[in-house]
Amino acid sequence: MIRIRGLKKRLGTNQVLDGVDLDIRTGETVVVIGRSGSGKSVLLKHVVGLMTPDAGSIEVDGENIVGLKESDLNRVRKRFGMLFQGSALFDSLTVGENVGLALREHDRRADAEVRARVAERLEWVGLQGSEAMKPASLSGGMRKRVGLARAIAMDPQFILYDEPTTGLDPIMADVIDQLIREMQRRMGVTSIVVTHDLASAFKVGDRFAMLHDGKMVFEGTTEETRNTANPLVRQFVEGSSAGPIRV
Amino acid sequence: MEDLIAIRGVRYARRRLLDWVGEVGRVAMLLGDAFRLTLPALRSFGLIVQQMGVIGVGSLWLVTVVSLFTGAVAAVQAAYQFSSVVPLKYLGAVIIRSVIIELGPVLTALVVGGRVGASIAAELGTMKVTEQIDALRAMAINPVRYLVVPRLLASIVMLPVVTVFANAIAIFGGFVVGVTAVGVSPHTYVVGLKQFFFMKDLYSGLLKAMFFGGIIGTMGCYYGFATEGGAEGVGQATTRAVVGSCVLVLISDYVLANVLFRFIFAE
Repeated sequence: MIRIRGLKKRLGTNQVLDGVDLDIRTGETVVVIGRSGSGKSVLLKHVVGLMTPDAGSIEVDGENIVGLKESDLNRVRKRFGMLFQGSALFDSLTVGENVGLALREHDRRADAEVRARVAERLEWVGLQGSEAMKPASLSGGMRKRVGLARAIAMDPQFILYDEPTTGLDPIMADVIDQLIREMQRRMGVTSIVVTHDLASAFKVGDRFAMLHDGKMVFEGTTEETRNTANPLVRQFVEGSSAGPIRV
Repeated sequence: MEDLIAIRGVRYARRRLLDWVGEVGRVAMLLGDAFRLTLPALRSFGLIVQQMGVIGVGSLWLVTVVSLFTGAVAAVQAAYQFSSVVPLKYLGAVIIRSVIIELGPVLTALVVGGRVGASIAAELGTMKVTEQIDALRAMAINPVRYLVVPRLLASIVMLPVVTVFANAIAIFGGFVVGVTAVGVSPHTYVVGLKQFFFMKDLYSGLLKAMFFGGIIGTMGCYYGFATEGGAEGVGQATTRAVVGSCVLVLISDYVLANVLFRFIFAE
C-alpha cells in the first residue's frame, strides 16, 4: 500500500503540490486525473523518489521513503516499475538491452536467463522477436510497449504509468489500456496511472483521484466519478471550457 | 543615479560570484560521487572499454590531421626563427621538446575537448531532458556510476594514449617539412630528436594529458547532467562543456607547468 500525506512541492514560484493526500491500496489501480501542468507527473516522481518533497510523507508498505539515503531508496525502487511519458528508452541500447538492463545490473543473472526473461516480457507486450531493434526505429506505440516491458522486467509490486496513452492513436491507446489491465491481472500489481485521457482512465482505473491547484479535490470509484456533482470533476469529465477550472 | 548603477553592479557581481561558487561546489560533489563509485563501476568494465573506443579511437583521425599540421607549422616557424641565429641541426630538438611538453598534450586536449566534451554533454543532456536519467534512477541504477564514471575513466586513460599518438604524428610532420622544405637532412633531424629527448619531458606531457582528460570528462558530464529544458538547453550545455574544457585546460596547463618544471622535475 502507498500512503501519501500532506505532500508539498514548490518549483520556482509555482506551488505544484500543496498538501496532497492519497491512498493506493494493494492490488488496485488508481488513476490520477487533472489538467496538463497540474502536477500529476511531479506527484508520480515523488512516489518513486525521483523528487524530494518540501513537506509531507510517502509510505510504501509502512516505510516512509522521504529522506531515505540513496541506497535505501534504491532498495524501495527495485519494487517499482515505471513507464515514462516519452517512454525514456535508452537510445544507445537495443530493445532487448533496454528490457534486460535492470536484470543485468542488479541480479547478475546468467545471460541465457536474462535473454529468456526479456523474450517473455516482450511477448507479454506483443513485441516478441524485437530484441535487436533500436528504439529510434520504433513507432510511438511500440516504444510505450517496450517501456512497459522494461518496467515489468523485475517483477515489480508497484507500477507507475505517466501518461501511458498520450500521443497514441485510439487503437494503440486501447492496446496499451488492455496491457495495463493485463499486467494487473497477471502480476497482481498495485498501480498508479497519471493521465488526462479520460477514455483510457475509465478503462483501466479502479479508483479515481483528481489533482487541481496542488490538491486532491476528488476521490471516488468509476461510477462515483461519472456521476459526481463535484463541478471541477464534472467540467473535466465533460471536457468543457466553461466552469470553475479557469483556462 | 550613479549610486543606483553601482549598487546594481555590485549585486550583479555578487550574484555571479555566488553562482560560480555554487557551480564549483556541484562539480566537486559530482567528482566526489564519481570517485566513491569508481570501484562499483569497474564491475561494468565493458562500459569503460566502450567509452575508451568512443573517446580514443574515435578521435584518431581528427588528432592525426591536427598533429600533422602542428608539427609542420612548428618546423616552418622554428626554421624562420633560427635563421642566421641558431644552426638548423637543432630543428629536431626544438620540435620534439615543444611537441611532447606542450603542443602535443595541449592541442590534443583542445581538439578532443571540443569533440568529446561536446559529445558527452549532448548525449547526457539529451538523456536528461528525455527522462532517460530519471529512468535509470527509477530502476535503482545510479547514473553517476553507470554514465559518469565510465566516461571520466575513459577520458583520463585515453587522453595520454591519444597524446602519444599525436606526438609521433607531429614529429613526423616536422620531419617532412624539415627535410622537404627547410633543407635539414633526415639524419640531422633524427640526431636532434635523440639528443634532446628526455623521459621527464614525456612523463610531464602525459601527466598533463591525464589531467586534461579528467577536465574534459568532468565538464562534459557535469554540463550534460545540469541540462534543463529541451533542445536549447542541450545546445547551451554543449557550448558550456566545450568552453569550460578549453578554458580549464589552458589555465591548468599554466599551473601544471609550474608544478612540474619548478618542483617535480626541477633540475
